[in-house]
Amino acid sequence: MAALDRPVAKPRPVYLNLFAIRQPLPAIVSILHRISGALLFLIGIPLLLWVVQRALASPDAWAQMRTALGHPVAKLTLLVLAWAYFHHFLAGIRHLVMDLHIGMDLPAARRSGAFVLVLAVVLTLAVAVKLW
Amino acid sequence: MTRNRIVVGAHYGWRDWLVQRISAVVMALYTLLILGLLLWFGGLDYDAWKATFASEPFRLATFVFMLSLLWHAWVGVRNIAMDYIKPVSLRLTFEVAVIALLVGYTGWTIQVLWGGI
Repeated sequence: MAALDRPVAKPRPVYLNLFAIRQPLPAIVSILHRISGALLFLIGIPLLLWVVQRALASPDAWAQMRTALGHPVAKLTLLVLAWAYFHHFLAGIRHLVMDLHIGMDLPAARRSGAFVLVLAVVLTLAVAVKLW
Repeated sequence: MTRNRIVVGAHYGWRDWLVQRISAVVMALYTLLILGLLLWFGGLDYDAWKATFASEPFRLATFVFMLSLLWHAWVGVRNIAMDYIKPVSLRLTFEVAVIALLVGYTGWTIQVLWGGI
């Protein structure tokens, strides 16, 4: 098609303000995948190594570690990390399934996205019940 | 052509993409293993924990999990850096710091797994 035949372009916004655009559900799942991954990197990995180290050091160190993790701030941190792990895990599985070209159309992607969001929260609530 | 290459890019291959996915599968399998152990022991106490880690195959599996985790973290953090940190000097500095941290975590992992033997 020659350039002159193109229909006149509709006026479009000239900037992309992420906070002014209503994000579709798969986009929310995607940004949470990134945020949860960052949390797991920043807090999850060092905390995991510390916990395993303390847990293997001695019965006393084990008990001290359990006491430290019983602190309300520690419990809240564990809960946030539990959510991050569940969300990242489930959203990752969703990606792997999509890599196999399953569930690629928009309605299916919306359904699986909602499933990931909800299941991660449900599993986190189960951990919350266990922690408190 | 080569002049347009980005020093701090993803190196134009699908290797990182593949590493991200393979390491994800390894971690998912290890997660299932841990879940199975938790169900088997019906929770965690010091003795069960210690006995589990006394097994050399379990230690090796844990090491493979940790290497997958750290390599997976590298791919993810580098992707984030490529999106938000634009100046090459800043991004390179950040990436070097992350690599140093991840290598340090690898050393810590080895110490935790085999340091007590």
